[in-house]
Amino acid sequence: MSVKLNTRQVGDVSVVDVAGRITLGEGSSTLRDALRDMVSKNQKKILLNLGEVSYIDSSGIGELVSGFTTVTNSGGQLKLLNLTKRVKDLLQITKLYTVFDVHEEEAHAIRSFA
Amino acid sequence: MQEQSRHEAETVERFLDSTLASVDNAEEIAVGVAQRAGFEEDDLLKIGMAVRESVVNAVVHGNRYNANKKVRFSVVKNSQRFTVRVADEGDGFDFEHLPDPLAPENLLRSSGRGIFLMRSFMDELQIHRLEPAGMEFVLVKYMAAR
Repeated sequence: MSVKLNTRQVGDVSVVDVAGRITLGEGSSTLRDALRDMVSKNQKKILLNLGEVSYIDSSGIGELVSGFTTVTNSGGQLKLLNLTKRVKDLLQITKLYTVFDVHEEEAHAIRSFA
Repeated sequence: MQEQSRHEAETVERFLDSTLASVDNAEEIAVGVAQRAGFEEDDLLKIGMAVRESVVNAVVHGNRYNANKKVRFSVVKNSQRFTVRVADEGDGFDFEHLPDPLAPENLLRSSGRGIFLMRSFMDELQIHRLEPAGMEFVLVKYMAAR
């Protein structure tokens, strides 16, 4: 299964539920396009829910970083929610875990944007 | 039967097209051999990811999706080592001077983590320049503990 995205609005925060694999090819480009689209629509508060992400490769990590940079440079914030153990481990060994603002509870994550 | 296959030597060799479909194919083959060799879930995941990264490197950066170029891929398991070789026909790169993806100035780069992940997930990673062209990645997991 490739990646599937579902975007919902919680107050002024756009929550993107991501499911599947974020790997080179369709998976990473789908995420890239979605984040660019949101930035172009001036959405400044983006929460990526990665709870259903089964797999991520270096290209997928690159897209998370690239998305983070794009959103930050546009004056917005991109945060991560519900990392699986695999994704958390990967972000830790690549030293990116502390770069991202990572949350385990959606309500807490939403409040942190205020 | 399972115990017997764990101790048997196994070799698989393929010439793969320079496409992203080959990445899935290579991962499936390598993880299959590793499973029969008795590696557990965590190692299977690491082997799968390292193999994916190496074949992506060969297809994308080495052969640049060129349909006339192949990726030579092999998995060899014996009593000592589980070895995956991935060779492309590209121009090669300077693997001795790669930027450190963990350096603060590189943390926010969108690429450059593939070789680091291969090294992190395997017991050994060797990179060779091939003649007349291409690079070969040799990824090794030791069998000793299994």
